[in-house]
Amino acid sequence: MKQFWRTMLRNPGGVIGLVILAIAIAVAVFGPLLFPTSPWRMVQRPFLPPFTMAGLPLGTDALGRDVMAGIIYGARVSLLVGLVSTLAALAVGIPVGAMAGYFGGRVGDALMRFTEFFQTVPSFALAIVLVAVLQPSIVSIVIAIAIVSWPPVARLVRGEVLSLRTREYVQAAVVTGQTNSWIIWREILPNALSPVIVLASLMVATAILLESSLSFLGLGDPNLMSWGYMVGAGRTVIRQAWWITVFPGIAILISVLALNLIGEGLNDALNPRLNKDGR
Amino acid sequence: MSDAAVTIRDLKLALPKGGDRAYAVDGVSFDLTAGKILCIVGESGSGKSMCAHALMGLLPDTVIAEAGEISFGGQNLLTLDEEAWIGLRGRRIAMVFQEPMTALNPLMRIGDQIAEMFEAHGLLTPKERMQKAISLLREVGLPDPERSVRAYPHQLSGGQRQRAMIAMALALEPAVLVADEPTTALDVTTQAQILKLIRDLQRRRNMAVMFITHDFGVVADIADRVVVLQHGKVVEQGAADDVLLRPQHPYTRALLAAVPKMQPPSRPAPSDRRKAVEVIGLEKTYVSDGGWFQPRRSVQAAKEVSFDIFQGETLGLVGESGSGKSSIARLIMRLVEPDRGTVRLGDTDLTRINGKALREQRRRIQMVFQDPFASLNPRRKVGNIITDGPIAHGIDATTARQRARELLGLVGLNESAMERFPHEFSGGQRQRIGIARALALDPEILVADEAVSALDVSVQAQVLNLLEDLKTRLGLSMLFITHDLRVAAQICDRIAVMQRGTIVELRPAAALFSAPEHPYTRELLAAVPGQIASSKAA
Amino acid sequence: MLAFIAQRIGKAVVVLLAIVVLNFFLIRMAPGDPALVMAGEAGAGDKIFVTQLREKFGLDKPLPVQLYTYVKGIATFDLGFSFRQQMPVSKLILERFPATLLLTGTAFVISLGFGVLFGTLAARRAGGWTDTAITILALIFYATPLFWIALMAILLFSVAMDWLPSFGYETVGANYTGLAHVMDVGAHLIMPATTIGLFFMATYARMTRASMLEVKRLDFVKTARAKGLRDAVIQRRHVLRNALLPVVTLAGLQAGTLVGGAVLTETVFAWPGIGRLMYEALLQRDYNLLLGVFVVCSAMVLAFNLITDLIYRSVDPRIEFAA
Repeated sequence: MKQFWRTMLRNPGGVIGLVILAIAIAVAVFGPLLFPTSPWRMVQRPFLPPFTMAGLPLGTDALGRDVMAGIIYGARVSLLVGLVSTLAALAVGIPVGAMAGYFGGRVGDALMRFTEFFQTVPSFALAIVLVAVLQPSIVSIVIAIAIVSWPPVARLVRGEVLSLRTREYVQAAVVTGQTNSWIIWREILPNALSPVIVLASLMVATAILLESSLSFLGLGDPNLMSWGYMVGAGRTVIRQAWWITVFPGIAILISVLALNLIGEGLNDALNPRLNKDGR
Repeated sequence: MSDAAVTIRDLKLALPKGGDRAYAVDGVSFDLTAGKILCIVGESGSGKSMCAHALMGLLPDTVIAEAGEISFGGQNLLTLDEEAWIGLRGRRIAMVFQEPMTALNPLMRIGDQIAEMFEAHGLLTPKERMQKAISLLREVGLPDPERSVRAYPHQLSGGQRQRAMIAMALALEPAVLVADEPTTALDVTTQAQILKLIRDLQRRRNMAVMFITHDFGVVADIADRVVVLQHGKVVEQGAADDVLLRPQHPYTRALLAAVPKMQPPSRPAPSDRRKAVEVIGLEKTYVSDGGWFQPRRSVQAAKEVSFDIFQGETLGLVGESGSGKSSIARLIMRLVEPDRGTVRLGDTDLTRINGKALREQRRRIQMVFQDPFASLNPRRKVGNIITDGPIAHGIDATTARQRARELLGLVGLNESAMERFPHEFSGGQRQRIGIARALALDPEILVADEAVSALDVSVQAQVLNLLEDLKTRLGLSMLFITHDLRVAAQICDRIAVMQRGTIVELRPAAALFSAPEHPYTRELLAAVPGQIASSKAA
Repeated sequence: MLAFIAQRIGKAVVVLLAIVVLNFFLIRMAPGDPALVMAGEAGAGDKIFVTQLREKFGLDKPLPVQLYTYVKGIATFDLGFSFRQQMPVSKLILERFPATLLLTGTAFVISLGFGVLFGTLAARRAGGWTDTAITILALIFYATPLFWIALMAILLFSVAMDWLPSFGYETVGANYTGLAHVMDVGAHLIMPATTIGLFFMATYARMTRASMLEVKRLDFVKTARAKGLRDAVIQRRHVLRNALLPVVTLAGLQAGTLVGGAVLTETVFAWPGIGRLMYEALLQRDYNLLLGVFVVCSAMVLAFNLITDLIYRSVDPRIEFAA
């Protein structure tokens, strides 16, 4: 464990990512407490430029709403959607992949065909269709993102389990008489999980991008202020009020970048160092 | 005595800081002579491979030539810049590597890769290059050179790939050939052929050859002179006969003593005629999936294999790769399901039971695996690795841990190992842990699947002795699987020789070695390197 | 090889069929009367249209019959009728399809070409500041939402500097022909294609870099050096060729994301392709059109996957075609 943190903290990108993520989480959790005014409320005249009035550092949008407040409240939505949809995707993908990899045969084949189907379908288009059909809400968005995100998890886990299944220490466990579930849980999965953790951090990043893209197209939850929605709303007035699209976009960029950096850091820290002497 | 083609004097190659030693090679001196083969022998980490790389200017960036000189053709090679090296490499000094599969570009045809040699030095027209490539392949004995030239590396066998590599190395008729363990990855019969090839070519072209190996048998077969390396220093060098028959340095003596001899030690005839294991008619065919339009490819790993292991004996199962010996091990342990056949332990039919009953019976037959690095779960402590098995069979944790401590002592390891992780141990120590794990369940039969193949020769001897000792003390029967006949000779009472899925001969060890009956057995025995020397020593 | 292609096309057809069945159930999942759903927001107001739909799709008949009718319709390329646009869906899609093909094709070429170029450059000077710069830029573009890059590009090149047109396929009312027309379309194409291109360029650059660094360590590169080959030749013939294999695989996997990116980009730039058509369908709640475009997008992805798979197999001799 200590070794892990040491390697993780030695990676400059990873550190930056962690810091930014910490700030984002702090904003999401404490922001609304410090800025209790709803971001939907009109607080000033429309199209107030940024840095011109105290208390409204990022200006106002087409309806006079505080852009800063929008960004603070939007952080909640993005992080929440990112986290929950990723957990859901993992909850489906890990068992499917583990079973397909461990049992193989017809069960494995069937599971992989099922996974492949979801992977062939263009994911963003499917997400759009799903949210449109289920009517836009934060629940439908989370479901849609989870549905398009789980196949890569299943494939990765299956690949890992497949390669670990023939590893000699797993065979040793079989030979010493362990049960299947013991082998999967205690021998295989702990060794298979490192790449999954890396993938998970990247999945949260992708989920945030997906959510913002869906909101941009007007498929966001109509009751929740989201960064994607802000960019979409500001699109038509980009000539007069560039700040409405620029600032939320930067927020998305920084959050996703932070998560990607964390993913890279995790990758470096978790890569097993094989001491092969060779011969 | 001809002049030295290459002279190496006081070569010091420095390793990056923080390693387990300061120098990969520390003050090494020797000569390479035209028309003679120099063998550099050592265990892993001795620095022998570094010498080879230094001679080609292919040292890794982190290793620096700190002192000494390498004289070739009137130049000190250590002072050359990259431009000068490019002119030398392949043309005056050529190299053959250990793993022919990875040493060839998988996306280029063999002929093109050989023709590249000429292209690199701006020689010949493309058509002429291809002609030369074909004639080179013929010279190294590749069948059907015109067709082989258009083949991709993965389409050739290991031996054929190595021949192609040798053809490539010889293309420009270099004065010096550096061979870095070129036969280690090959089957023993293929190895014999390649060694003969190298010897013939070397004589015909009067090349100076530096041959790196860890196998003294190989040294005995082809070396004119020998250099023995330990921890980067030369501990002994001289004419082959001198070093092999009259070794001076204690390390050389220890190494030679550790090499398993071809003479099986005299063993008492087995008295106990009870059968520990009965294998009857085992069959297994591996089928690779075809698609809708693809033919399925099937490999028969075991064809009607039957044998018995008597109580208290060690039965050896010997064969080359593809013989099916590892499959037999896995079939007996039911790691893989046999298509047909029976495996009996005493009066229990192992092949008929399943589920909980099978798990319970499993403790009677345990396995020691080949790869010390892959056979222990890197995330579990050694103590847990050993106690997992007994705990799964209902033994309480305290008793299991006590027994684990005893077993560690039995295999020669300190009790403190219980709390440590596998990566803190060496290969030989990990094999001992593997043995302790296998013994934790008090089995009746031990299956050793190439258990010493991945170990250095001195460690190998220790582990073999340990196995022999434990077997006698605990009254075990053992199935010992190996590709190395010399190792089998040391430890087995009877030996079964396998070829392509069938047992071709099964006899007591002494009888097998002195009077082999089956032609394949004779071929295998003849191919084992180092027999001329042993007969000289005898 | 033909047998292999036939096999893959067969599989693709099965997948498409599954998608069509999925569509069928999706329509039923939307709230409200399926007939109203299929009519779309506009069409739902027209009672005659709705009754026509009910009859045509047999919406009062049992479910299996409905499914059969629906699938049969799709098989004959009848993807339904868009009331709002007053045209058969298939005709709408056919009209807009070439524009999307042009956009995604150009974007793909730009992203792959420059991606590999920058990746190779970064790998060659690994550890140096070129490498760091390229890696950081790649990280940033990979993290930026596509629609935002599009908007920033417009802000910069159209609003601030007025270099490039910010929407559409060609200058309206100008009626250019010949070379002038090509140039006009090209001027409109640059921003959208580069927008998509930047995102994927980042992916390919990082993949190429990682792949090249990995291949560089392999044994056969050492063999190539031992032959006395020059570094440039080694990089090109031995390292790059082997390093590009996983990039080809990656390109295949990116097909779906490419199509998704087209939807966003076409929306922002008002590029008249099927991506924008999907956006219009969303606005108008025209589910029939939406699902029709979805099927076509999936077909595009499948075709693209097949092509990349063929390319991969022809480049790597270790993988065999069907016997």
